Amino acid sequence: MKNKKKAFWNQALLSGPYLLWMGLFILIPLFIVLYYGLTDGSGAFTLENVKKISEPIYMRSLLLSLKLSLYSTLICLLIAYPLAMVLRSLHLKNQNLIVMVFILPMWINFLLRTIAWLTILENNGVLNSFLRLLGFQGLSIINTPAAIVVGMVYDFLPFMILPVYNSLAKIDDNLVAASKDLGANSLQTFRRVILPLSLPGIISGITMVFIPSLTTFAISQILGGGKQNLIGNFIEQQFLLYYDWNAGSGLSLVLMIFILISMAFVAKFDKKQEGTNLW
Amino acid sequence: MVKAGNALKKLYIGLIIFFLYAPILVLLVLSFNKSRFRNHWGGFTLEWYRSLFSNDEVMSALWTTLLIALIAAFLASVIGTAAAFAINKMKKVPKAMFLGITNIPMLNADIVTAISLMLLFMALGFSFGFFSVLLAHITFSIPYVVLSVLPKLSQMSRSNYEAALDLGATPFQAFRKVVFPEILPGVLSGFMLAFTMSLDDFIITWFTTSPDIHTLSTVIYAMQRRGIHPEIYALSSLMFIVIVILLILCGRTQNKIQKK
Amino acid sequence: MRKKLLFAALLTLLCILSFGCQSKKEKLYVYNWGEYIDPEVLEAFEEEYDIEVVYSTFDSNEEMYAKLHSGTATYDVICPSDYMINRMAQEGLLQELNKDNLPNLENIGAEYMTSSQNFDPGNKYSVPYCWGTVGILYNKTMVEGEITSWGVLFDETYKGQILMIDSVRDAYMVALTYLGYSQNTTNRDEIQEATELLHSQSSLVQAYVVDQVRDKMVGNEAAIGVIYSGEAIYTQRSNSDLVYVVPEEGSNVWIDSWVIPKDAKNVSAAEKWIDYMCRPEVALKNFDYITYSTPNAAAKELITDEDIKNSLIAFPDEATLARCETFQYLGEENEHYYLDEWAKVK
Repeated sequence: MKNKKKAFWNQALLSGPYLLWMGLFILIPLFIVLYYGLTDGSGAFTLENVKKISEPIYMRSLLLSLKLSLYSTLICLLIAYPLAMVLRSLHLKNQNLIVMVFILPMWINFLLRTIAWLTILENNGVLNSFLRLLGFQGLSIINTPAAIVVGMVYDFLPFMILPVYNSLAKIDDNLVAASKDLGANSLQTFRRVILPLSLPGIISGITMVFIPSLTTFAISQILGGGKQNLIGNFIEQQFLLYYDWNAGSGLSLVLMIFILISMAFVAKFDKKQEGTNLW
Repeated sequence: MVKAGNALKKLYIGLIIFFLYAPILVLLVLSFNKSRFRNHWGGFTLEWYRSLFSNDEVMSALWTTLLIALIAAFLASVIGTAAAFAINKMKKVPKAMFLGITNIPMLNADIVTAISLMLLFMALGFSFGFFSVLLAHITFSIPYVVLSVLPKLSQMSRSNYEAALDLGATPFQAFRKVVFPEILPGVLSGFMLAFTMSLDDFIITWFTTSPDIHTLSTVIYAMQRRGIHPEIYALSSLMFIVIVILLILCGRTQNKIQKK
Repeated sequence: MRKKLLFAALLTLLCILSFGCQSKKEKLYVYNWGEYIDPEVLEAFEEEYDIEVVYSTFDSNEEMYAKLHSGTATYDVICPSDYMINRMAQEGLLQELNKDNLPNLENIGAEYMTSSQNFDPGNKYSVPYCWGTVGILYNKTMVEGEITSWGVLFDETYKGQILMIDSVRDAYMVALTYLGYSQNTTNRDEIQEATELLHSQSSLVQAYVVDQVRDKMVGNEAAIGVIYSGEAIYTQRSNSDLVYVVPEEGSNVWIDSWVIPKDAKNVSAAEKWIDYMCRPEVALKNFDYITYSTPNAAAKELITDEDIKNSLIAFPDEATLARCETFQYLGEENEHYYLDEWAKVK
């Protein structure tokens, strides 16, 4: 009895600060956004802000955002999965090194790194100068959706690599060996053993790449030449050009629907309940 | 055959790392460029490195940035680790709820998090400045800590901890000697992630700061219209060198552990 | 235990930081464009008046207004552009200047005070700091002959070679002026006609940019770009193939001026600041550093470099200025209409 009480207090002590923090700095602000999104300037209830998304301009940019985010997520997965397999085969003892290698580039300011990409991808940029030096024709990537995808992949790749590698690294080698002993070939082992066990990592990675890609606005502005407006650009404009917090909140509520969907996905595959399998 | 495979593997890792560090190399080159235009080479100079240290605006922004990132990452690590312990012991439904809410600041559009926090601080009558920025940074950093520590906790077997208790250790001793070393890598990577996110943030800082508090990112964004000042490239290059040193140090300890 | 100690240390540090920094010195909160002052000028001001300047910067009028709008910060002196001053004055965000405390105001050229009247009738709220025109910057090796008209921006031959300005009012200024309408029009038909023109242009445009136009033109990325005159002088120093022209149809002339917001806490220091910026030698120092034209007639006389002094980019002739207009704030409804129309362009 006494023990139980003690456990309860321990639990309260541990979760208390975070619970308070969550309530104050996550939930209340969320309700503020909800309030702004569902009211007009005078505070009366309205669905106008949310319905704005159905206007052709916003709808088109939402679809473009979804498309580009999908591409960047797929490319990230295609790059990260083989990389994670390779890293796994190295059997590193100090896995923090992996975190360091892939996270440290982010210490350099995001805007600077994006501008550096501009310098690389431009018509007379680093990449094209190099190609021409080798006798190839230059590529015209800059100011196209492709440039935006490059920017997204660059920026969010670490968030695919880390969870995927983490889930792969946890797989017991004996399990793989056992599968082979039982007569499965490499492909079968991969399909039946490795892939299912790494699924939580993949799902986390997809969420961590897809959602930020969906909400970005700086990448499309700088690398897309301002020609491709993503939904993030419109949300930013509502806040910074129209000074209309209601409309901005309304549009971001629409994006939150996608966040909810992805959270549901994670929860479905996260049987062990370890949360978004970041690391 | 195996050798060729190994070489191919290393080549692949090398390529990805090159992809991630290529833009930083571009900045490194730009820091030696006499011209202030990023795609025009005006000759080699070390001038920007010299003037960087006498540029008060940039230097004070650098210290503020580092201070905020360190404190935010530290406090987020403390709160987040405690929260991870609590979440780990929860039952299914509250656990799912906690995890869901934890994800929000990480996944929400930055500008929405920024505006909503600003509105909250206004509603609470907070004065904007160092503290409001710090609170905001702790808020969006905590999830990275929780999600780094949680997997380590769920992998840990309870029996070691209980064995320590049976052998007469106090709960605190048991925690320090048994539990903490096991989750330490998780806490450290959580701290690293939190620190990184804090360094990289612009929009949330912009909406929660006051005129006297500048971070590197707010200074850099305001430079945009007249062109990024090359001193910033010099600073980035120096930070890159710090990064390389950190990586080498980390690799060293890696080797030591492997030799053991 | 170590952790607790560290924690305590951090907390102490925090307290020192938040309370220790509050020096007794008089403070002046200045909000200016990024890279828009010679840092030595700032230091000299602090020294002379023993005032601590808390200096912040913005990179667009809209960003600055959003900051004020949010109510999270108050400033003593700000440097917005014409139409934004117009807006802030109309919304009662500015306070009238006491000219008795600004003796150096007489150094500002009379013509600039006159053109300021377009957005600040009676020169009640603002003192000009920098000014310039909007025009076309082109690379003479990449185009045929001389460019004199906005028409090149809508010319098929330059498909993919055009950098259009990514700012609503500036972009509409180009289209409206080309069509022969006023850049301050509120006539919906005229605006829609401009929208159609701009929309048809979008397939020719390489990129919509504001900050990046400078770098892209210097790096020969494009043949033609829309740019502010102050940047033009600056780009020519690195790429001598670039030519700046104010098109014959006319253009926009803009003025960035100092204003004191209504809720300023230290008005007397703000006045000292504005007056200091009007000193000829200070204005000259700033002009040398930022290369944007100075409205300070006395400072212009002090310029020793004849090339700069006679530069038609820095100081356009009467005829050029006669074709130019300044922006006015058109009211929230009209401004939103422009924004909505602009969203349809790209």
